[in-house]
Amino acid sequence: MSQSFDEISAQLRRRHRKTTRLKWMSMGALGLAALFLVVFFGDMLAKGLPAFQQAQIQVQVDYNERAAELPLAAVQEDVRPLVSRGYLRLIPGRMEDNPELLGTTRKEWVLADSAVDQYLKGHHTGLRDGQAAVVERLQADGRAELRFNSGFFTRGDSKMAELAGIASAAMGTLMTLLVTLAVAFPIGVMTAVYLEEFAPDNRLTQLIEININNLAAIPSILFGLLGLAIFINVFGVPRSSPLVGGLTLALMTLPVIIIATRTALRSVPDSIRHAAFGVGCSRWQVVRDHVLPLALPGIMTGSIIGLAQAMGETAPLIIVGMVAFIPDVAASFSEAATVLPAQIFTWAGEPERAFVEKTSGGILVLLAVLISLNATAVVLRKTFERRW
Amino acid sequence: MMNMPVSERSLGPAAGQGTGQPMVRNDNAQHELSVRVRDLNLWYGETQALKNIDIDVYQHNITALIGPSGCGKSTFLRCLNRMNDLIPGVSLQGLVEMDGRDVNEARMDEVALRRRVGMVFQKPNPFPKSIYDNIAYAPRMHDLVSRKVDVDELVERALRDAGLWEEVKDKLQEPGTSLSGGQQQRLCIARAIAVRPEVILMDEPSSALDPISTATIEDLMDKLKRQYTIITVTHNMQQAARVADYTAFFHLGELVEYNDTQTMFSNPATKKAEDYITGRYG
Repeated sequence: MSQSFDEISAQLRRRHRKTTRLKWMSMGALGLAALFLVVFFGDMLAKGLPAFQQAQIQVQVDYNERAAELPLAAVQEDVRPLVSRGYLRLIPGRMEDNPELLGTTRKEWVLADSAVDQYLKGHHTGLRDGQAAVVERLQADGRAELRFNSGFFTRGDSKMAELAGIASAAMGTLMTLLVTLAVAFPIGVMTAVYLEEFAPDNRLTQLIEININNLAAIPSILFGLLGLAIFINVFGVPRSSPLVGGLTLALMTLPVIIIATRTALRSVPDSIRHAAFGVGCSRWQVVRDHVLPLALPGIMTGSIIGLAQAMGETAPLIIVGMVAFIPDVAASFSEAATVLPAQIFTWAGEPERAFVEKTSGGILVLLAVLISLNATAVVLRKTFERRW
Repeated sequence: MMNMPVSERSLGPAAGQGTGQPMVRNDNAQHELSVRVRDLNLWYGETQALKNIDIDVYQHNITALIGPSGCGKSTFLRCLNRMNDLIPGVSLQGLVEMDGRDVNEARMDEVALRRRVGMVFQKPNPFPKSIYDNIAYAPRMHDLVSRKVDVDELVERALRDAGLWEEVKDKLQEPGTSLSGGQQQRLCIARAIAVRPEVILMDEPSSALDPISTATIEDLMDKLKRQYTIITVTHNMQQAARVADYTAFFHLGELVEYNDTQTMFSNPATKKAEDYITGRYG
């Protein structure tokens, strides 16, 4: 006896309900994830965007004999605490470089102290009432305003919040990643080529394979310990340098590049290899002329993602001494340097209110670079993807 | 007899149906020896895929290898240019002789062998390069040509010989993969003949193609046999009957019968071959 349509429909209704429920649950999960992203980005933007603006005030600067000895004397007493000490410090030097300044009095826009900056941005600051009144008077006269903070991108770290910038960290990141790329890319790609195209399938290669996969899962701080033990203690690479940081991150990136390259090589169809062998290519010619060009977009994508991961890494660099107060841009690969995430970490530990926005501003820059790196990877993959 | 070096074993008419020489000679064809195979055994790991194969392949003929799936005909074909070397776990015994040399001997460079023994595969597999580079790649690699004009000439000649020139002469820089299936396969044939091999191995060259493209390929094979020795695997018995001068019937790793095609299809010497050809199995 067969069931009627109505009976079957009644049973189906339960199943359809389950489907609907599952659909709503998954959409809810997606919504939560999206909400989290929005909150995260919103918070970062709200906190970090002010870092790209900095207060400047217009004051009268007297370039006199006394200011050469005591820079504070160059400005009027009422605005003295409002001007950045970092600016005042430079006055004697500037007078030495330009002797014609001596004896003149100029109205100049100068960098304000971070307390003024925070006051103008509406935060509670350490300004005393009298000083706050002065700031408000200046503001009313149009002599105090927030301007684009180019110093954030051109200066290194500083203990004075109004002077602190990411230049030294950005340069350090660039140099460190260059070392990482120069070491990890050739070694990783050649290792993968050997394992995928040349190595016989035996116990030894299987063991190597398992270990490479395990390496990718090792907590990154252990690579820092390894870097400290091997590169610094055994080989005497200067600590805190982009060289030692790059080498350490290369260890960490190697398994990522090897795995990505092997996947890319494996996705090249065997028919291409057979065709190449069939016309009399040697193994190396097959790899160089046919397999590698086809696998290259995949290899590049994997390497860029590996580099992006290395770029955001802080833990192993703490151990090799790259998380430190480094105000100057490193002039060579063996000088002390710091990297963006380490700079963020350093700022996050500063007690001053003004460093909160520096921290968020640094995060915004790091995020922007990471997103553009990943976007490059996607574009590369889309552009050079070939069909066969 | 087993203790004698395989290359010296005599093959009298009594050696059996799997003998190296065909039962009946095709009197219209030339009979210069191209490839001589004696007592060839091959194992994939523990499984024996070829058993005591003896066969003489003659120059400037088309020899078709037929038989049911898994009978070893493709495996045998790959022995002739050592493509089996690429498969892990293959072991091989016996003689495959070409131009007086055992192709499996230690001194033989498989790259040199594959220059003289070209191959066309079942699925068209042009390089993901331009049509021009598909042809020019191998001759350049082997240093047969280097000057641009010589390369141009060689590309044109190979494409003409493969009957593809008229169709592609205006789009030589387009990717080889943009051609139709049949054109791609002719491109692969042009690629194989560009290095002037002596033998061309074809592994079911038209099984992935439509009937019209298949007919074109068959015509082409017929033309090419004037210059090359062609050994082709085919699933299609009509095709073997149409194009081949000699036909070898494989079954379960053995060469059951090797005969000239006419005799094979009209009056096969063995029961197994007759059953297969008349469609009783396979």
